[in-house]
Amino acid sequence: MSVAMPPLDAGVLARRDEIVAALRAIVPGEGVIATSREMRPYESDGLTAYRQLPLVVVLPSTTEQVSRVLRYCHQAGVKVVPRGAGTSLSGGALPVGDGVLLGMGKFNRIRAIDYENRLAVVEPGVTNLAITRAVEKSGFYYAPDPSSQIACTIGGNIAENAGGVHCLKYGLTTNNVLGCEMVLPDGDVIRLGGGHLDAGGYDLLGVVTGSEGLLGVVTEVTVRILPKPETARALLIGFDTAEAAGDCVAKIIGAGIIPGGMEMMDRMTTAAVEDFVHAGYPLDVEAILIVELDGPSAEVDHLIERVSEIARGCGARNLRASTSEAERLLFWAGRKAAFSAVGRISPDYYCMDGTIPRAKLATVLHRTRELSEHYGLRCGNVFHAGDGNLHPLILYDANDPDQLARAEAFGADILRLCVEVGGVLTGEHGVGVEKRDLMPSMFSELDLEQQRRLKRAFDGKELLNPGKVFPLLSSCAEQGRMHVSGGQTAFPDIPRF
Amino acid sequence: MRSRFDDPPSKSDSDDRSGKGSVHMTHTLAPKNAGEVEEAVRWAHGEKKTLAVIGTGSKRALGRPSQVDATLDLSGLCGVTLYEPNELVLSARSGTPIAEIARLVADNGQQLAFEPADLSALLGGAPGTGTLGGVLAVNLSGSRRIVSGAARDHFLGFSAVSGRGETFKSGGRVVKNVTGYDLSKLMAGSFGTLAVTTDVTIKVLPRPETEATILVLGLDPASAVAAIAAALGSPFEVSGAAHLPGPVAARTDGVLPAGHSVTALRLEGVAPSVAHRKAMLLRLLDSRGSLGELDAAASATLWRTVRDVTPFAAPPGGADAARPVWRISTVPSRGPEIADIVAARTDADFLFDWAGGLVWASLAPADDAGAAIVRAATASCTGHATLIRAPAAVRAAVSVFEPQPAPLAALTKRVKESFDPARILEPGRMWAGV
Repeated sequence: MSVAMPPLDAGVLARRDEIVAALRAIVPGEGVIATSREMRPYESDGLTAYRQLPLVVVLPSTTEQVSRVLRYCHQAGVKVVPRGAGTSLSGGALPVGDGVLLGMGKFNRIRAIDYENRLAVVEPGVTNLAITRAVEKSGFYYAPDPSSQIACTIGGNIAENAGGVHCLKYGLTTNNVLGCEMVLPDGDVIRLGGGHLDAGGYDLLGVVTGSEGLLGVVTEVTVRILPKPETARALLIGFDTAEAAGDCVAKIIGAGIIPGGMEMMDRMTTAAVEDFVHAGYPLDVEAILIVELDGPSAEVDHLIERVSEIARGCGARNLRASTSEAERLLFWAGRKAAFSAVGRISPDYYCMDGTIPRAKLATVLHRTRELSEHYGLRCGNVFHAGDGNLHPLILYDANDPDQLARAEAFGADILRLCVEVGGVLTGEHGVGVEKRDLMPSMFSELDLEQQRRLKRAFDGKELLNPGKVFPLLSSCAEQGRMHVSGGQTAFPDIPRF
Repeated sequence: MRSRFDDPPSKSDSDDRSGKGSVHMTHTLAPKNAGEVEEAVRWAHGEKKTLAVIGTGSKRALGRPSQVDATLDLSGLCGVTLYEPNELVLSARSGTPIAEIARLVADNGQQLAFEPADLSALLGGAPGTGTLGGVLAVNLSGSRRIVSGAARDHFLGFSAVSGRGETFKSGGRVVKNVTGYDLSKLMAGSFGTLAVTTDVTIKVLPRPETEATILVLGLDPASAVAAIAAALGSPFEVSGAAHLPGPVAARTDGVLPAGHSVTALRLEGVAPSVAHRKAMLLRLLDSRGSLGELDAAASATLWRTVRDVTPFAAPPGGADAARPVWRISTVPSRGPEIADIVAARTDADFLFDWAGGLVWASLAPADDAGAAIVRAATASCTGHATLIRAPAAVRAAVSVFEPQPAPLAALTKRVKESFDPARILEPGRMWAGV
């Protein structure tokens, strides 16, 4: 597959040697990679359907180097694509053939941990999980927990506004970042926020978070760390219909309870998972719900009872409350293996990432079933039920071009359906190149033009991460997607949920 | 409506409802719907007329005073358009009174978790008069900021008219959304300088079943902030952490015991949880000072007082009205240090919220409202300061918001121009030239 990208700049391609030499003058030694063989690991991110070697890879290790690289590229008119760990599922870190790939992997140190003020200052290449690992011995953690947290970096988390299964209660990256140091595309270095709770002036940090690497390159991040909850327990609940499960979710929230996590899986996915993980999931129900309650033990025990009552009132077929940490983790193990499990029952699957108003779940599932029949392809559903983020998994065989085409059409229909019922195209994977050309289904030309104008306020020459987020002006683009072949993503060992 | 825009408005009237002299003889445009807002801004853009944007005008005294050609009064854009308690979401027109929204969600056992402050007592206006649009434009938030975030963290989406007179939208009505730039964040706290919001969507959350407050008496600010840090570093979920020095604690209408400084820690949630956490925290803080407690009703009163900064209230014409009030945001542990530096150079009272990271300072009157002293203190300790209360002439003369380093100031200006290139919306409200 290929995806349309902005036209290559022949002038830049012709000046490649000169550009490489200029970058070597800024980042000495192994910090500049220019051979095809050595650049190969950077040709793709988690959206492996698309591959493109960059013009050159540069791996700076100081803010000054980042600034000089960007300043040089700005002056020379060379495109730049920033990259963290490259775990994006939407092609956000896909290189361009006439652009520099700016890898931030060398920014991998934790600079300061301040328990008194409950914050950590880290470099952007530090992995999400490494922050928690560094502070957990003192009873703290970093709340956002995207499924790829063992590999994804905090810099990438800022670019994508990463979430996780606990974000209904604890927020997304944007709610947990206090400040950053950032290099603008022209090389200027700015600081947004700091250790204090509000940054002052326009909330540029809020805009940079989730900007998919289009506005600047973050070189230092200050995050909030939280004391670990005293305890956590989970409920595993089975329902005869997805509607009943959805009703239960609404009633839990309606009762004023915000669980730490609330996840739903449909029958097909549950069966695939149980076969793979043996978590003891009920197989005779249409939907299972995992509800996790965390906090002080007195509160958790109290709420486990209340949620159990609500679930029984909604016609729960079976219900188990975890009585040990091992059991709680087992409930989660299956959910976390859902994508891999589906990868075992189909040659390929294609993962969608829309968010819908929760009350529309039954409608969306019903219409998805109709679409599934229409396209003649199976579709499993996993659902971050608390926040309405739906991950339909379309099963197909990529060796059959007709199935591939049908899967893509099916997926686009699902995302349009999400928008139609009041939802959005992407809850957590980002737009990237993947959903770029669907943006007009959610935004008017004026909406998009205002966003582009903001982009140009940061990046007047539009050199940073081109071809992402916004539809190309002359779009004959084939839409890209998260396709997984034979269960293999670029990072088969990273959990995806 | 249309006829008013066909010709430049010719009749003048005063719209200075705040009495602060920030808006001088202006024409008032009073659109009744989003379409008329677009029409009004288009007219202003075409005629190069500058606009003040108000709801009820309760926050006119915040920011730099602006000289504008006309006032865009959004109070006609009123009403909740969507409220789904089970989805935790509410949409309303920008000019909807915040009191109406607070009442509606309270009737459904919910609340605006960011606890928007009502600064009317501080600013000398009538209480409870602001609008939802105004709360978001100023990014007001209260003591629960330390756990639940600010207004910006609950602002999911909006429709607005840019300074070009173009209607655009951003975000949505779902909590988890990364589709396009998060412009809600940018709109929050932009004081109407970027675009005129017409419809907004916010997240609402369950109201805690009950609350209680633990008091530690007699601590100095540094010891108070250390005690608060110990409490916030525990898993016992404190949702408000403030310190009121003796003279300030004495101005809380008898809610707090007299004659001591008071450090207050709020606990909210289901009853068994609050009881458990209170017992654990009392044990944790036992060695730090003499302890007290407030029941749910007294606790609610105290946190309203802290949220609205009523100890620094100044009835118009009273002696305190001349005292400038600053809002200083810093790293919590540095709050007391900033207070010390300021207090060494002028007569000052302080109220510490947000675990010490939000310092409200009421200073002796001065020509620059104490700007030199306050900015020197924030510069040496990190953080930033905003002048909240001062006569209009002073707010025109000193920098109300923290001055920015050159690259950030330049970016701020470019961001402004990307929304409002002709600088017709609230020009100069935040910084001169922006």
